[in-house]
Amino acid sequence: MKHFLTLLSHELRMLLVSPSTYIAGTAFLFFMGFIFTGILENYTKAAQDVSPAHVFFQLFWLPVFFMVPLLTMKCLAEERRLGTIETLLTTPVTTTEVVLGKYTAAYALYVSLWSATGGFFYILKRFSSDPRLIDSGPLIGGYVFIAVSGLLFVAVGVFASSLSRNQAVAGILCFVMLAGLIVGVRWLGEASFLNRDILAPAKAAVEYAQIFAHYEDFTRGVIDARHLLFYFSGTALALIFSILSVEAKQIHA
Amino acid sequence: MSAPPTPAIEVDHLVKTYAGMTAVADLSFTVARGEIIGFLGPNGAGKSTTMRILTGYLPANSGTVRICGHSVATEPDAVKRLIGYMPENNPLPEDMRVSEYLYFRGRLKEIPRRKLSPRIDEVLELCDLKRVRHKIIGQLSKGYRQRVGIAEAILAEPPVIIMDEPTIGLDPHQILIVRDLIAGLRGRMTVIISSHILPEIEMTCDRVLIINRGRVVAQGSPADLRREVLGRTTYQLITAGSVAALPALLEAVEPTLKITATSEPDATGFVTFTLSTERTDELGETLLQNLITHGFRVRALSRAQPTLEDVFLAATRRSWDAKLAPAPAIAVT
Repeated sequence: MKHFLTLLSHELRMLLVSPSTYIAGTAFLFFMGFIFTGILENYTKAAQDVSPAHVFFQLFWLPVFFMVPLLTMKCLAEERRLGTIETLLTTPVTTTEVVLGKYTAAYALYVSLWSATGGFFYILKRFSSDPRLIDSGPLIGGYVFIAVSGLLFVAVGVFASSLSRNQAVAGILCFVMLAGLIVGVRWLGEASFLNRDILAPAKAAVEYAQIFAHYEDFTRGVIDARHLLFYFSGTALALIFSILSVEAKQIHA
Repeated sequence: MSAPPTPAIEVDHLVKTYAGMTAVADLSFTVARGEIIGFLGPNGAGKSTTMRILTGYLPANSGTVRICGHSVATEPDAVKRLIGYMPENNPLPEDMRVSEYLYFRGRLKEIPRRKLSPRIDEVLELCDLKRVRHKIIGQLSKGYRQRVGIAEAILAEPPVIIMDEPTIGLDPHQILIVRDLIAGLRGRMTVIISSHILPEIEMTCDRVLIINRGRVVAQGSPADLRREVLGRTTYQLITAGSVAALPALLEAVEPTLKITATSEPDATGFVTFTLSTERTDELGETLLQNLITHGFRVRALSRAQPTLEDVFLAATRRSWDAKLAPAPAIAVT
């Protein structure tokens, strides 16, 4: 792990000097601001049961579907397409260090983009006369959920990027995998064919992997070790697969 | 510097196949420390594959590679610290500055922070990159990019440098600079370069290794190769006179001297002959005197220097012939 910090600081530096980071950040904040304004408009019309933060974070999947593929598709696919992975891996660095460095940088960007949305809540608190609009429970729970689930989402993105040398293909793969993980599992949970007794273990597994259900728990302040285990083990798995994928591509080049 | 006993590169019975296709077939060679060796071969001969195996980037199917006594297969980390590698097409990140890139690579190659800055200055000076040190790599011309690649390869002062086609796509002036740069490494580092440009290899390399279809077909110094592979000397003669009498005259001068090609007579009646002999010493003077006494009008007589290109063609052709013929022994050592 000697070179991990060198690689990470290199990646972060490249992110900081790249205009695309700022364009992506601006577009992301614009989009999220648009959603946030829409939510607040609903509150001006009628009183709602839940706080704005709850509704806002419930829509987490929308930016995840677009931002995660865009943030991660470049990381390994670009290195392979340019051939710089060859110069990189012939220095005394390991594949693990390379993948972890890229993953950590992408995750840092993901988290910092999300934390910028904290400004919305600050503005709301500063200018709204109604203190009920700011409910710190769902707010903190929501950000913790974003940070923990982001570990898995970004790892899936890195894995998709390790599969193809074409950025567009990597991006689409990532989108499909995330959609399967978030929406597909939810759909499976509602499917009636899983209700048969013999499929009970499968049903239990699907229930366990319901990301929307995890979100509800997080916003209610329930930080369950089982949920954390789900995201941590999923992240580890996706990263191990990424490392194996990069190494396998080298062997079968 | 006392020469350590182990050679810089030892390759022993190396085999590499891709999906049923053999890229490298039973390749063996040794490179001594401080030697500059040229790797020559047609497209698909296995040059790039061999180089990638030497760096440990690709695993071999069988055989062993040792860099300064360390096995590439079992001690990849040790080997990576001993080599500087510039791959084919010299891939570089587009959006970094030259000095930034060298700093990053230097850190990856474990050069201590305090030694890195002076070393980068030294390398930039050596590769004549001082003027572009703050430029973005993506905006540099091909010649500069190539030199950035070389600067990166020699940055950590590794004992072995492997460069895959370092002069490809450069103009003659830039080739000259790159050649001087490589020549400047002589004695200090072991350099192995591949190239299609034959005079290039001839001028910079101490030894040439010609490979075809994954096998060594010839190796030795450029001069040795000329003698051993071609085995004969060629003369070019432009003359006018009784063409029919020429073979007998040549026979009288030297029994092995034969006409190998004859051109059509030009407007003034001069014919260009290509003559070939097994004698390696100079026959020109005797031949010229004989021709003049026998009434030939001679416009030119020259001894053709076989280029490495001829050697290359002869050597690769021989390996083709050997594939067709049953006789197995082809390698010249």
